[in-house]
Amino acid sequence: MNAPAPSPKISLRDVHRAFGAKVVLAGVDLDLAAGESLVIIGGSGTGKSVLLKCILGLLRPECGSIKIDGAEMVGIRAAERERVVRKIGMLFQGAALFDSLTVWENVAFGLVQAHGMSRRAARAVAATTLAKVGLGADVMELRPAALSGGMKKRVALARAIATRPEIIFFDEPTTGLDPIMGDVINDLVVSCVRDLGAAALSITHDMASARKIADRVAMLHGGKIIWSGPVAAIDHSDNPYVDQFIHGYAQGPIQMEVLAP
Amino acid sequence: MLALPYGSGRRGVMLVHFVAGIGRAVIAFVVTTGRLARFAGNGLYHCAAPPIYPLLIGRQMLSIGYFSLPVVGLTAVFTGMVLALQVYVGSSRFNAESAVATIVVIGITRELGPVLAGLMVAGRVGAAMAAEIGTMRVTEQIDALVTLSTNPFKYLVAPRLIAGTLMLPALVFVADIIGVLGGFLIGTGRLDFNGGTYLKNTFDFLETIDVVSGLVKAAVFGFIVSLMGCYNGFHSAGGAAGVGRATTNSVVSASVLILAADYIITELFFAK
Repeated sequence: MNAPAPSPKISLRDVHRAFGAKVVLAGVDLDLAAGESLVIIGGSGTGKSVLLKCILGLLRPECGSIKIDGAEMVGIRAAERERVVRKIGMLFQGAALFDSLTVWENVAFGLVQAHGMSRRAARAVAATTLAKVGLGADVMELRPAALSGGMKKRVALARAIATRPEIIFFDEPTTGLDPIMGDVINDLVVSCVRDLGAAALSITHDMASARKIADRVAMLHGGKIIWSGPVAAIDHSDNPYVDQFIHGYAQGPIQMEVLAP
Repeated sequence: MLALPYGSGRRGVMLVHFVAGIGRAVIAFVVTTGRLARFAGNGLYHCAAPPIYPLLIGRQMLSIGYFSLPVVGLTAVFTGMVLALQVYVGSSRFNAESAVATIVVIGITRELGPVLAGLMVAGRVGAAMAAEIGTMRVTEQIDALVTLSTNPFKYLVAPRLIAGTLMLPALVFVADIIGVLGGFLIGTGRLDFNGGTYLKNTFDFLETIDVVSGLVKAAVFGFIVSLMGCYNGFHSAGGAAGVGRATTNSVVSASVLILAADYIITELFFAK
């Protein structure tokens, strides 16, 4: 007799979301298994960030089901949502560091606010976590405004992993970085996810990043997941949309809205 | 095809557009009022429900109270001086110069102290709140708070509402004293009143309700300034331009609401 398949960390079924007349998500079905690194690819404006925000509860889907560890998130009470969200860490595209706090206070924020750790203990954890992402004690007292783009991303990564979350979301982790710094961030993402044993859900349109950090890739287009498979299979997907996207061809089934001058 | 009840000519079309425009404005007003009321209710709930952040409340109290003291103090002293001069001009026309001190203190405590302090704080603090929270909104810092299991209403809105409501009365109390001092300086230095007589006229006719009503107004104005700063910042969208709009809207809406609330509170306190 086969053992029952482990329940997914995140499970989406028939998720819909529109903004006025513009339908962004039109029935998304997706599963993220424990310990898996799933990358969602897709063009700009295809709803990747909206999908992440729906899972986090920052946006409410019009219909469908979103489950985290089996708990239904759509329509959940705020206090219960806060409890579930404690399992999640998030790296934002623009880092979203708190301007009014120092680097170490940013990293320690979740430990102090959500986990009730003392500031002294949280500062020690922040120093250790910053070291994991390659930042020394000399940046701890700096404000985010004094950091470069790559350093901000590292601090944001440290903040995302400081609470040792079971699930980590990465929103365009390499956008706006030079290729070398992008690769450094990709390596950090892989090592942090592996160290924590966390499930990772990333969204990107950077194929180099996707190939490096993904176990499995899913493509979002037209509001639906149109292809999903192991990262090694992406070059042989036999899906014309995936082929066009990963090779970056202007010609193909994906028509970009380009206004002629 | 749309049937026009007022005829199908150009006048009919213009009339329909006119009525539709009014309808849209009314609907937008009702929607915004409802959204603001809900935001205020949510904010008030989180002021009372734990966890409370004393450190954040303290920081906001310092920002709203202590750092607004220079601008509010300057406003108060000049207002007291101008009031003394203007009241002297008017009262001297019917030989009632001795009423200057009394009218200055009542004018300052009941009306000018809280209203002018409210408007100055709306410009200084309300705008800063809208800009700070608006920037946090457009740079996803508010979303980041949620992902760190922190309720933005508790962390951002409640401390500002509490601090605004508590600190504006304190500011107005100081402004009352400085405003009366301004009137005293003009009364004794420019209008040749005896210092002792001026002070006696100031305090003999001053009643507790004059001061208390001003402080109640100040608490309401403080709440309004913080509420409009937070509300406009929270709902800002569209990058830097959106933050700019939120800042402007915060000052304008707080100023108008302060003047409207001033009339309502005055009616409540002095209704016969």
